[in-house]
Amino acid sequence: MPVIAATSVHKSFGDFEAVRGVDFEVARGEFFGFLGPNGAGKSSLMRMIGCVSPTTSGELRIFDLDPGVDGAAIRARMGVVPQTDNLDQELTLLENLVMYGRYFDIPRRECRDRARELLEFVQLADRADSRVEPLSGGMKRRLTIARSLMNRPELLLLDEPTTGLDPQARHVLWERLYRLKEQGVTLALTTHYMDEAEQLCDRLVVMDRGRIVAEGTPRGLILEHSTREVLELRLSSSAPDDIAERLAGTGERVEVLPDRVLVYANDGEAALSSVHQLGIEPLASLVRRSSLEDVFLRLTGRSLVE
Amino acid sequence: MSATVIRRSTPASIRVWEAQVVTVWRAWKSSALLSMLQPLVFLGGMGFGVGALVDERAGSTAALGGLGYLAFLGPALMATTAMQTATFEASYPVMDGFKWRRAFEAMTATPVSPRDVVDGMVLWWVSRILVGVTGVALVLAVIPTTRGWGLIPAALGATLCGMVFATAMGAWASTRESEASFAAVQRFVIIPLFLFGGAFYPIDSLPSALRPVAWLTPLWHGVELTRGLTTSEISLAATLGHIAYLSALTLVGYLICRVTFHRRLTR
Amino acid sequence: MSATTAEKSVTAPTLRVVPGTLRGAGRMVERSILVYRRTWLIIVSGFFEPLFYLLSIRIGFGALVGDVQTPNGPVDYAVFVAPALMASSAMNGAVYDSTMNIFFKLKHARLYETVLSTPLGPSAVAVGEITWALMRGVLYSVAFLGCMAALGMVVSWWALLALPACVLIGLAFASAGMAVTTYMRGWNDFEFIPAATLPMFVLSATFYPLSSYGGLSWVVQLSPLYHGVALVRAACLGDGSWGLLGHVAVLAVMTVIGLRVASRRIGTLLLT
Ligand SMILES: Nc1ncnc2c1ncn2[C@@H]1O[C@H](COP(=O)(O)OP(=O)(O)O)[C@@H](O)[C@H]1O
Ligand SMILES: [Mg+2]
Repeated sequence: MPVIAATSVHKSFGDFEAVRGVDFEVARGEFFGFLGPNGAGKSSLMRMIGCVSPTTSGELRIFDLDPGVDGAAIRARMGVVPQTDNLDQELTLLENLVMYGRYFDIPRRECRDRARELLEFVQLADRADSRVEPLSGGMKRRLTIARSLMNRPELLLLDEPTTGLDPQARHVLWERLYRLKEQGVTLALTTHYMDEAEQLCDRLVVMDRGRIVAEGTPRGLILEHSTREVLELRLSSSAPDDIAERLAGTGERVEVLPDRVLVYANDGEAALSSVHQLGIEPLASLVRRSSLEDVFLRLTGRSLVE
Repeated sequence: MSATVIRRSTPASIRVWEAQVVTVWRAWKSSALLSMLQPLVFLGGMGFGVGALVDERAGSTAALGGLGYLAFLGPALMATTAMQTATFEASYPVMDGFKWRRAFEAMTATPVSPRDVVDGMVLWWVSRILVGVTGVALVLAVIPTTRGWGLIPAALGATLCGMVFATAMGAWASTRESEASFAAVQRFVIIPLFLFGGAFYPIDSLPSALRPVAWLTPLWHGVELTRGLTTSEISLAATLGHIAYLSALTLVGYLICRVTFHRRLTR
Repeated sequence: MSATTAEKSVTAPTLRVVPGTLRGAGRMVERSILVYRRTWLIIVSGFFEPLFYLLSIRIGFGALVGDVQTPNGPVDYAVFVAPALMASSAMNGAVYDSTMNIFFKLKHARLYETVLSTPLGPSAVAVGEITWALMRGVLYSVAFLGCMAALGMVVSWWALLALPACVLIGLAFASAGMAVTTYMRGWNDFEFIPAATLPMFVLSATFYPLSSYGGLSWVVQLSPLYHGVALVRAACLGDGSWGLLGHVAVLAVMTVIGLRVASRRIGTLLLT
């Protein structure tokens, strides 16, 4: 039995359809990702899974329960990290965790024990009695994650957990999430960072404009929708308009972006030499491996982070 | 690219004032309506209702200096309204400017200086208090016993009284990190002044030990000034005395604001 | 699963939800206590407010007005007004707690969003917040009555019944206030709250007897605060009668309607 099962789930806000029929399943113990740009409908979907937003149509089942009927029972077994932190500004770090645990009806003593343990886990134990306000963005994020673990959830929903964090804070977070996965927690994460999706997720769906446009493992998606390597060219702004046509035979596919040109080829260096042979002199060039960014570009014709 | 030189046609403080106006502009209709409605209700209920009870009791009119209760209370409401509007506008909006919206920080990152911020806020307080006081004056202009040209100088006097509170509260708010103390100021300064400052009954009723305290309070001067100017029964000396006292306090408050705003915005 | 099943989770089958709601409400109260433990000084300082009001009535108005004629004979003005101030203070406290306070948590602190991501539901939030407002209200009412007694404005032991009367006033206004708050778009809208409470404060037979209003006395009876004032005043003056049940009924109806609207609206606002 999958932990989350969605069958043509829709979500409308008035006339606007934020989620336009998505189907997917998340298995127990899996680290599942939703990759997509801003406005793709990731948060709307997460809120439906979190049982705080009714679906407009379609069937959604979590722990094989119906969110519309057993919302409270589902929420009791789930942890949620919303996109924007909603920590209790009037309480200290420790009190934030204890009080949150109390909402789950966990005995006070137990709450305190778990809170101390979790503050340790997210490396905030020394700030236990400080207020939330002066914390940095990364610390708040870690506290929100600690809070979501108070009820020892079987399923953890993370909505863009690392957006706005510096690289170091991101890596600390990633490492904590790995450990949760090792402990058998099922994780569902949204992100618009392809490296994050690639690093963390066992399996992911790529979302765009309320739809799922692809599904698979990060490796599988790249193999399926892109070449092994990519040649990135930066050309001077006075480069001729017909550059795409001139490059047409080079590599398997060419994408012209506002700031650069991407040449998809299994051998990037070889592609670069043919570019030189064509008499095109780029300002800079770079050969790299294909990423999920390229998959997204291929599938939607747009880049992930605008 | 050559640097563009912007010629400033108005003082920067006007911009700060403008920013405040823009923030509340959307709701100006309801604000205007409410600044009329509140004195109307208050005068209707307290002035006429309690007034009837007061005026029918022998000796009360004499205690009120020969005035009916409505004529006694009405003008004083201009002063109390000024005080209340001022303390509000100089507390939460100031905290908002420093801490929540950080508008002052944004302003001083432009050619606007901390002193312009103070001046702009002073302009804003004057205009906001004037609006509130005018609401009361308009209601008083309808009531026969308080109608008269004296309402115009009285409204200005009430505004001056309000500025004492605005500058003092502004200075206090600019040194606070949180709004926690504002409720206490309200509770231990504004409400006692409202109740014991001579607006609702003559301060002769107070225990004799408290009377000198009342004389020191800006509200009492404001109440005496507005009441006297409305009924035109005040000597020139007394008028000038009240004005001088209130102006001096306002000036002190303003100078403190200059220091505290500067300190907060340049730390 | 459709919009209709989703609604079910909001208004939920009553029988199963009631114990859960009460338990959840208890959690909300627990949080408030946790927060206010730090600011107990503010609560204590609130006791000065009745003292100031009662003193000004005693030394100021009392001297100007003298006695008031009531159906049961003349009463000293301070004794007449004090119960009305007590009722008004119960109203004001409840309105403040259920409007500004709740709006802040709803829109800025996003507390309810947090709470609703746990097993707690919207009705637990509504009941919990109102319970807390009431607990504070009771504290203030006790302080008020204490001040009245200390200033010699209490004439009968029946005055103790003013406490439950104030609880009812608080309940009615907290429920209504919370319901109204869910319709507020921004802080500007809060200007309208004094526009409702001030006329009630002044025109609910607070400062002079109903008979003074003459032909307009039916207008006064439309004010919910009037019914509260009537109850508290009857208790403080020891004037019991069956007619008081009518006042109780008005406040009870207001409570029920307010609570229903509030919990439904919190649901639709946050569970979209
Ligand atoms: N409560 C709402 N009311 C109206 N529109 C909404 C609401 N929430 C989200 N939307 C719209 O739905 C679309 C998807 O939003 P969201 O789910 O937040 O996307 P993402 O999390 O992928 O950035 C956006 O266009 C957004 O404006
Ligand atoms: Mg989102």
